Amino acid sequence: MELLEIFTSAGIWGAVLRIATPLIFGTLGALICERAGVLNLGIEGIMTFGAMIGWLTVFNGGDLWVGLLAAAAFGALFGLLHAGMTVTLGLSQHVTGLGITLFASSLSYYIFRLAVPLASSPPTIEPFQPLVIPYLSTLPFLGDALFNQTAPTYLAILLAAILAYVLFRTPLGLAVRMTGENPHGAEAQGVNPIAVRIGAVMVGSALMAVGGAFLTLSAFNSFFPTMVQGRGWVCIALVVFASWRPGRALLGALLFALFDAYQLRLQAALGKAVPYQLFLMVPYVLSIIALIVMARRARVPQALMQPYRRGER
Amino acid sequence: MTTHPVLRLTGITKRFGTTLANDAISIDLAPGEVLALLGENGAGKTTLMSILFGHYTPDAGTVEVAGVQLPPGKPRAAIRAGVGMVHQHFSLAANLTVLDNVMTGTESLWRLKSSTGTARLKLLSIAERFGLKVNPDARVGDLSVGEQQRVEILKALYNDAKILILDEPTAVLTNLEAETLFATLRVMAQSGLSLIFISHKLNEVMAAADRVVVLRGGKVVAERLAAETSKAELAELMVGRRVARPVREAAVPGDVLFQAINLDVGHRLSGINFTVRSGETLGIIGVSGNGQTDLGHLVSGLAQHTGGELRLFDQPVTQSSVRGMIEAGVGRVPEDRNSEGAIGEMAIWENAVLERIWEFSRNGLVDRRAARQFANEIIGGFDVRGGTPDSRTRLLSGGNMQKLILGRNLQKRPRILIAAQPTRGLDEGAIAAVHTRILDARRAGTGVLLISEDLDEVISLADRIQAIVKGRLSPPIPAEQADARMLGLMMAGDWPQDGKLAHAS
Repeated sequence: MELLEIFTSAGIWGAVLRIATPLIFGTLGALICERAGVLNLGIEGIMTFGAMIGWLTVFNGGDLWVGLLAAAAFGALFGLLHAGMTVTLGLSQHVTGLGITLFASSLSYYIFRLAVPLASSPPTIEPFQPLVIPYLSTLPFLGDALFNQTAPTYLAILLAAILAYVLFRTPLGLAVRMTGENPHGAEAQGVNPIAVRIGAVMVGSALMAVGGAFLTLSAFNSFFPTMVQGRGWVCIALVVFASWRPGRALLGALLFALFDAYQLRLQAALGKAVPYQLFLMVPYVLSIIALIVMARRARVPQALMQPYRRGER
Repeated sequence: MTTHPVLRLTGITKRFGTTLANDAISIDLAPGEVLALLGENGAGKTTLMSILFGHYTPDAGTVEVAGVQLPPGKPRAAIRAGVGMVHQHFSLAANLTVLDNVMTGTESLWRLKSSTGTARLKLLSIAERFGLKVNPDARVGDLSVGEQQRVEILKALYNDAKILILDEPTAVLTNLEAETLFATLRVMAQSGLSLIFISHKLNEVMAAADRVVVLRGGKVVAERLAAETSKAELAELMVGRRVARPVREAAVPGDVLFQAINLDVGHRLSGINFTVRSGETLGIIGVSGNGQTDLGHLVSGLAQHTGGELRLFDQPVTQSSVRGMIEAGVGRVPEDRNSEGAIGEMAIWENAVLERIWEFSRNGLVDRRAARQFANEIIGGFDVRGGTPDSRTRLLSGGNMQKLILGRNLQKRPRILIAAQPTRGLDEGAIAAVHTRILDARRAGTGVLLISEDLDEVISLADRIQAIVKGRLSPPIPAEQADARMLGLMMAGDWPQDGKLAHAS
């Protein structure tokens, strides 16, 4: 019974939203890139760099929001690098993406070491505080469960709605989807697929970096290497799980976060009986099962991972 | 001419590397006119139309629409000037809806909302006007090829095209769909649109065009009014010499080689009967999508029969395999040469030996010398042009690739040849070459099973003809009794259902 009672505490639901936030940003970012036809495996490194540069900005006296913006700007820059290699030059998206992950991660550690002297305990900043929403935050149970989050969390959820609107209700979104499905078709109708792809990869990478920055500016208050811990890869899987739809991406991120929050509490409850590593696997195992169920019906953008070269078929 | 041309191409020249794809081409198009651009593969037709549409920038020459010169290399400008293009490989997104496909690029990218409602009404009214029925919310990938082409045309019309260019519009269509298409084109021309269609098929050019411009080697070699020319003249102009398709002499049928008795393949083929004899060609005619692919797979060992009996050289076949069929002496020309016939990225010699690689292996290693030699024999013996044994197969034209596939089968003198749609998409010269080879093989005693949807091809090659309709085969009729009308009826499923089927062989 104890195992189910976990769900009746407001705490777990608050934790779910908190854990989900970087995943929502990352998944939406990867989704934008892939909708335009570009797989961005640079996500893990871009999130790491976002976490580092966001933290460093605030550590050096910047506002927390300036920290997020700095992360977005550098994310876009890495996006430009990825797009330059995969879109303009038409190189392999897998290899380029993995290269960017290695490069961006190492560069973050290096800059961090240069900027911050080695200390026994890492220096900290003052992170985002929960946003008090009048009336809602003080509701019994629901207040603690849903309305006790920091601003970026609400932003992430809002972003999913905005992205869904842009993709499915605006000419820009249609151009992005067409480019991911058939860039030749887009070109034949006067849309420049190269420009669309570069733009999508930059915007998507900016969101990934913001997801990383959330870790250092809200979830924790310091930066340490390996803190992204594979969240980027989870986002890549969540895009498939979501069948390339923003609403489902939000749902997928929340579901994964629920598994994660649950296993943390299971560790506390049963940690003495079973090695805790077993619980660490839970979210991944459940995700794989969910992926198998969902992804079989997924409709992959037809031109995903296919470089576009003008005048070639 | 008193009317001003809606389109004028002047001195268009385009070079790719050392090849001159277009050499000072000038063409006028009058309002309401249907112009056919006739030429063999590689004559420069598609290049010319890509320049007109702004996909390519010409090295010299100008494009004028209604007297206004278009900037080169700008598809958007061409669209705005009223030029619409229907590509040979459709420029559609299968996962998007019809409406999405049509609307792409029609609005400013930075508008905050797509005017889907207005667009839907406009699309439906155009569809109504030209009799092109579509469901705006259908997913394009769920539509048939003919319907997808309709969407392509609607896309152009939606952009208020005054001039419509169709690149080999019938290449992917069934005969019936092609007829519907040409009827639609007529309606469009009558309502004032001007049309250019690119083709290498003489029948459709004669049937649908007002005027024919013949291209050869990147040059305009002739211009004729359709009413004042003939198929024979156009064929000669197009190829540059007289081409005549070979004529079939009477068959000398020998032993029964291959026989199906009340055969089923799942629910896709049911109760089929056929007999292939040595020295004889059996033609299977039908509108594509009626089970030809399954039949082709069955006889080449890719699919198993689930009922009835299949007999090869008078032995029942229980478990067939591709390798078993090849070793037994069955040569195969698959329906889709690009996906099943040859691997484009591999060398010609590799494609030549791939399906009998065990014959070219020694101690587990590929005997490259023997393989190259075999490839050379095919290239020499079957007149495969445009490549050496080591060049990539993708670089061959469709006709030459088909000659390679035929060659690797016929070089070994198969006892049975299965030819599925052997001349689909080929030009006149290549068709004649392929037909000659098939007739040669038959004369040498090979039993030929020809699966085709081309009436002319079946009538000129087959000794006996059966129709395939919804997975069933009609009883055979001798070629002497076959004419286009009768075959048309058979292809519609109209054949005597009485006892004749039982002894159809």
